[in-house]
Amino acid sequence: MLEELVSISREYDGVPVIKTLSMKVRDGQVLSIIGPNGAGKTTLLRMMALLEKPTEGKIYYNGKKVDGSSLNKIRGRVTMVFQRTVNFNKTVFKNVAYGLELKKMSQNEIERSVMRTLDLVGMKKFADRPAKKLSGGEQQRLAIARALVLDPELLLLDEPTANLDPKNTLGVERIINEIKGKTTVVVSTNNPYQAGRLSDRIACLLDGRLISEGTPKEIIDRPRDARIKKFVRGELIQ
Amino acid sequence: MLDITLRSLLISSSATLLGLLWSIPIALAISMKEFRGKSVVKSVFNALLGIPTVALGLILWILYARRGPFGPLHLLYTPIGMIIGEAILITPIIVSFTTSALETVHPEVKDLTRTLGASERQTSFAVLSEAKNGTILAIIAAFNRSIAELGVALMVGGNIYGYTQVLTTKIATGVNMGETVLCLELTAILLAIVFFLTLAMNLLRRD
Repeated sequence: MLEELVSISREYDGVPVIKTLSMKVRDGQVLSIIGPNGAGKTTLLRMMALLEKPTEGKIYYNGKKVDGSSLNKIRGRVTMVFQRTVNFNKTVFKNVAYGLELKKMSQNEIERSVMRTLDLVGMKKFADRPAKKLSGGEQQRLAIARALVLDPELLLLDEPTANLDPKNTLGVERIINEIKGKTTVVVSTNNPYQAGRLSDRIACLLDGRLISEGTPKEIIDRPRDARIKKFVRGELIQ
Repeated sequence: MLDITLRSLLISSSATLLGLLWSIPIALAISMKEFRGKSVVKSVFNALLGIPTVALGLILWILYARRGPFGPLHLLYTPIGMIIGEAILITPIIVSFTTSALETVHPEVKDLTRTLGASERQTSFAVLSEAKNGTILAIIAAFNRSIAELGVALMVGGNIYGYTQVLTTKIATGVNMGETVLCLELTAILLAIVFFLTLAMNLLRRD
């Protein structure tokens, strides 16, 4: 078990966003978290990325409880790609190299790793371009490359295709399929069919609660919960 | 003339560097940390932008005076005293401008650097680097204020020939002594410094 959330809750100004939720992230698998907007997916991913502390509950990483002293050791091994793409005001190469420079790797190693990763996401020829001048899809692929170059144990992707056209969506899904089995991935999405295509397991979140978890067949093809059935059919759920 | 110009440049650039030493960490703390009274602190720095230089000069004169709290340090009528005074004068400029620039940086940049393994210090550097243009603007404004101000330089420096006399104090006192042509030449030098330095820094700001 790579990461385990035990009875975690998260409140903002007294308003509960995540309500007593437990979840396990298994090594090497792709786990999708599906749910409508406002279900708490981003908050859940931010807690998994250790960017936010749960108001209650515990998080275990590699079997050890996460606390202040272990936080810095884990960061860098868990990377997150945000829904609203954020890139540094630098070239594509420098963006991808940033995390490696923090690790004080040699320039040769950095160059090799960055170019290999840019190749993986189909952006080798963009290396010298300013990141801010890329299209939305290219910026998202760059953000994934910057996370992947660190060879993370856990990659968290928060609605990575939410703002992309079908072609770029396929590009991002292709990257996820390429790294499947090598890196543990958690993807949040409000597209159940995308979750079905990408995942080993799917967790369905509604109003801050985990209402169901299982394989794509169990969740998408034969959902038992009426609310998931509605969600998969694209109907409104309360 | 060269002597006065070089002294002006030395005192103003030293004051700017000294002011940056404490102002940048203050701006980072204001923009990146959440604390009670944050808006009050920001308002105070904004209000201090308009502090009359003679008022600050007088306060510093009292503090530096022989019987003042800093009297034993012998700062009055010294270049060091002028540098400290001007660094204090430009602190609100650097803090306010840099804070505004830092607050325009995407809030997720902070989270991004953390997830890439950055320490708190490295995160601050990354955010500062993203606000590079605004920070450079703050430095330009601070240097220009420092080299062009008269109140602190005159009251704390005393316009001592060959020691604390700078462009602005010489221009202000030279006119009364009938040195109008020299004062006009010094004014041209002062304007040229401000113009070319601003131009050079603006080139740095280009993406």
